[in-house]
Amino acid sequence: MYAQSVLTALIAWPAIAAVVVLAAPERWAKHIALAASLLEFAISVPLWWVFQPAGGMQLQLDVPWIPSWGIHYTVGVDGISLFMVLLTTFLVPLSILGSYNYITTRERAFYALMLVLTSGMIGVFVSLDLFLFYVMWDVMLIPMYFIIGVWGGQNRLYAALKFFVYTFFGSLLMLVAILTLVYLVAQRTGVYSFSYVHLMSNIGALGTVAFWLFGAFFLAFAIKVPMFPFHTWLPDAHVEAPTAGSVLLAAVLLKMGTYGFLRFALPFFPQVALHPAVQAAIVTLSLIGIVYGGLVAMAQPDFKKLIAYSSVAHLGFVMLGIWALTLQSVQGALMVMINHGISTGALFFLVGMLYERRHSRLIEAFGGIAKVVPLFAAVLTIVSLSSIGLPATNGFVGEFLVLLGAFRTYPIAAGVATTGVIVAAMYLLPALQRVIYNPLDKPENAQLADLSPRELAVLLPLVACIVWIGVYPTPFLRRMEPSAQRFIESVRPAAPAAAAR
Amino acid sequence: MPASALQLLWLVPALPLVGFLLNGALALWRPTAKAAVSTIGVGVLVLAFAAAAAAVAEFAGLHQAAPLVFRYWAWMPAGDLRLDFALQFDQLAAVMALVVTGVGALIHLFSVGYMHADAGYARYFAYLNLFVFFMLMLVLGASFPVMFVGWEGVGLCSYLLIGFWFNEQINADAGKKAFIVNRIGDFGFLIAMFLIFRATGSLDFGPVFGRAQAVFPPAGTTITAVTLFLFLGCTGKSAQIPLYTWLPDAMQGPTPVSALIHAATMVTAGVYLVARCNVLFALSPLGSAAVAGVGALTALFAATIALKQWDIKRVLAYSTISQLGYMFLGVGTGAYAAGIFHLVTHAFFKALLFLGSGSVIHAMHRAYHATHSHDDAQDMRNMGGLRRYLPWTATLMWIATLAIAGIPPLSGFFSKDAILGAAFALATAEPIWYVYWGMGVAAALLTAFYMTRLMLYTFHGATRTGEQERPHLHEAPWVMTGPLVVLGLLSLIGGLLDLPELMGGGAFLQHWLEPVTGLAARMRPAVELSPVVEWAVLSSAVGVAALGIVGAVRLLQPEALLPARLAPPETGLGRLLWKKWYVDELYDTIIVRPIQWLAREVLWKTIDARIVDGLIVNGSATASRALGWLGSRLQTGEVGFYVVLFVVGVLLVVGGAVR
Repeated sequence: MYAQSVLTALIAWPAIAAVVVLAAPERWAKHIALAASLLEFAISVPLWWVFQPAGGMQLQLDVPWIPSWGIHYTVGVDGISLFMVLLTTFLVPLSILGSYNYITTRERAFYALMLVLTSGMIGVFVSLDLFLFYVMWDVMLIPMYFIIGVWGGQNRLYAALKFFVYTFFGSLLMLVAILTLVYLVAQRTGVYSFSYVHLMSNIGALGTVAFWLFGAFFLAFAIKVPMFPFHTWLPDAHVEAPTAGSVLLAAVLLKMGTYGFLRFALPFFPQVALHPAVQAAIVTLSLIGIVYGGLVAMAQPDFKKLIAYSSVAHLGFVMLGIWALTLQSVQGALMVMINHGISTGALFFLVGMLYERRHSRLIEAFGGIAKVVPLFAAVLTIVSLSSIGLPATNGFVGEFLVLLGAFRTYPIAAGVATTGVIVAAMYLLPALQRVIYNPLDKPENAQLADLSPRELAVLLPLVACIVWIGVYPTPFLRRMEPSAQRFIESVRPAAPAAAAR
Repeated sequence: MPASALQLLWLVPALPLVGFLLNGALALWRPTAKAAVSTIGVGVLVLAFAAAAAAVAEFAGLHQAAPLVFRYWAWMPAGDLRLDFALQFDQLAAVMALVVTGVGALIHLFSVGYMHADAGYARYFAYLNLFVFFMLMLVLGASFPVMFVGWEGVGLCSYLLIGFWFNEQINADAGKKAFIVNRIGDFGFLIAMFLIFRATGSLDFGPVFGRAQAVFPPAGTTITAVTLFLFLGCTGKSAQIPLYTWLPDAMQGPTPVSALIHAATMVTAGVYLVARCNVLFALSPLGSAAVAGVGALTALFAATIALKQWDIKRVLAYSTISQLGYMFLGVGTGAYAAGIFHLVTHAFFKALLFLGSGSVIHAMHRAYHATHSHDDAQDMRNMGGLRRYLPWTATLMWIATLAIAGIPPLSGFFSKDAILGAAFALATAEPIWYVYWGMGVAAALLTAFYMTRLMLYTFHGATRTGEQERPHLHEAPWVMTGPLVVLGLLSLIGGLLDLPELMGGGAFLQHWLEPVTGLAARMRPAVELSPVVEWAVLSSAVGVAALGIVGAVRLLQPEALLPARLAPPETGLGRLLWKKWYVDELYDTIIVRPIQWLAREVLWKTIDARIVDGLIVNGSATASRALGWLGSRLQTGEVGFYVVLFVVGVLLVVGGAVR
């Protein structure tokens, strides 16, 4: 019972709850949304134990949706999507709780959109039908557009539109590619089907058209990741989005790009993905993301922008890990996807808490506040350290595995990527210093309130994860290993061993 | 079989970790509970020392040749990587654990007095406890990554403690600099790990060192790369050329921190790493030569800077860099036991020197505080004649000075001689070592000189501290002088640890470390010097040290010195040394500022904002808006017409792609 319905429940429940929120009185909206998201999390928690690491794609449900077009409602999880689902259900309640004071207008609409967004996010990660995937991709796009555009900062309309156009452009390309793919496979098999499994097993050799299809998927996902040079929507969207929007954007939405590569782009078109020129291009763009993203982050006066560019760098590690196709690097990439969600999510919460107090995100607006808000300073320090990958925090586990594994495939590239470890310290530590250390020279900072119990309730679960995953990531690694292995096998045999660079 | 005390080895790092958690909680919620903080802070260190001592005692009884490995949990299992959270105990770890907890306990005790009036007392002890935890992880870790946890962890604590008084920007800057410079070294450590894993398929010390000889061809490219990258890590953590510049700035931290972290323990981590990886370094003559050469050069270079510093702690900082250079000369020469021996004796006498300077600064500071003076409490030009006010400190610091200068029979004499003797011996087989040895001897001359200078200017001659301040100059309380006395005793007799066979001693430490370093020692050419040559080498070192001391006494004129306020600016070579050869300025000009400029002006403002976002992204938006204007001619308002256009478009695209 649980096994068959849990994923559907996770998609449906937030959407239902959104309707309830809309119907309820305005002042109850946030409480209902919080309760609904906590229930959502509770529904998802047993997955941790129910999930069978060696069981492949599981907890599946497959019902015809539009049978005449070969469209089914098919959902399931493996060791790759499991953690994205759990990350989503874990972060949504925190985001809602973190919005309690931030969102003061049109609360009903905001929380309803947050819940719809949740449905969309879960749907993207569990869809095993490409049409359903496409629908979910757009379902999560629209609420985020409104969250940025309505509750965002001063330049919110520009940022929201940029986010929307960029992502939608990618998703249209993806739609074309999906339709083409279905058509091509149907020509060979005589069956029109959007089923992931059907397409995977019958895709065969596509010849040159594979390059075009890969290109379309690549653009859709690379924009989402975002990879250089498709990243400029991200700083704008992050800066303008309300805290909860920034958190979910960074923690979950960006992962849809890398997830897309893991689930679709590489397994569908391994011969393209492993083409030496494509490899070289993607590895190079990943390295640019890591180094360039970090250096640009270093120059940012706006704390939120700094974190946004740091995301470009972190996701560069993920892309490098995926393309290196070793067990360590792929598991590392999955760990970075989780860890970036936790650490960067926490950073956005913290910056949001500063913003609520001072209505500024500028690093220069602060200074020396560790004296006034020691608890805040302690949490910001821990989270920053995890973001720069200090060993025994979660950040280290992912980056280390990515680099260790990537070094086997691309030693030079991994060496260059390792400089990202230095760059990370160069952008985050000076920012940390300028916010919490240095003289307390601005009188308006002298009376800042330290973290409230509600804020602690948002942050402590994240801090706990930072330490847990840093010290004992084994339960995560064990659950993802067979799926990572299968991913590699689905890509590897298609081409001779990747040329070492 | 390992019995109880060894099975409780985890307690050794766990105790300081508990201390950190408790003191950290107190720092956040009960910062004024100083009695509880001191009890916890010092207590966990004493207990950790006891636990370590019990483990060592038991271990000694086992006569164990191989390290004992204790696995606690699987840390990062991924494919063929099987990485456990595991500790190991062997002869080398035993020495390090005793030094870290022993000297650590003394410095914690000293801190009770030194930091007594500080508002951040609880936070201070929390950080200090955390440091000891990470340092123990570093020396007890059974694999490169577990060691790396300690390696970066001590760097973190160093960062937090250098910037302890964080509301002064200079302190926060110094902490940040230490962290970032260390990260450059950590980059080397990481690359070395990746190379090792690629070659051996493991990161655990046992398998890596066991397979090293089979996997790495001697003197091959890979092993040389491994050792050089590891050594890059060492130059960061242990402040060697070219990454030493953070350590003098680190003196911004409280003085006991300088004693514990930036003299006795953390900065010796690189020496420990080379000694730990002796099999790898023995396989790479080039790597070893680089270690020895950089060590010798650093020993000499830092000693020249120490000649002209006026801040008492800066002299000691450059002295530490210089002495670490000796240790690297030792381990690079293949004299691993000698390097570790000097690490131990240096921990005694340098901790004593730093704590002694802390006692001086404490007194000066209180005197200036009492008179509301803003003079520099660390500038030796403001001191002079302090032996009259701080007799214990003066006497004990003289012991340490003679020890570091290498005057027999103090501890430093034996350990420094062991290194210089080994370098000279290897020189008979590999002549480049004559150069290294020569630099070591020259550095010994300078060491004796600058240390005597420090003592003369601080404790002798006329008192240059103001008339009003003098009545306030006092010896520190017993919690501070007590640890000094213990360290003085250890500096005095530390040589007993490894009395050379030349003098009929038992070379205890060398034999004790034999199971760890024996294999590497056998891989090196064995060179035996005749006793006559050995005595000659030894006497030349002592002669040079004596010359340095006598020279300083003869040449320097403490009476002619003016207080810092009135002192004329330095000129010529003196200015060059006082300005530390302008290396900081050089790094700032050719590295730091270009990177900042590149990041801000080129990457961000030009490429990101103007080209990618401005020209391409928004440019295409403008272009499509123009197209849209054209397209608006097509807008008829008929929904059916749009649908037709859409379908045609999709078909065109799909058709084009298929064909």
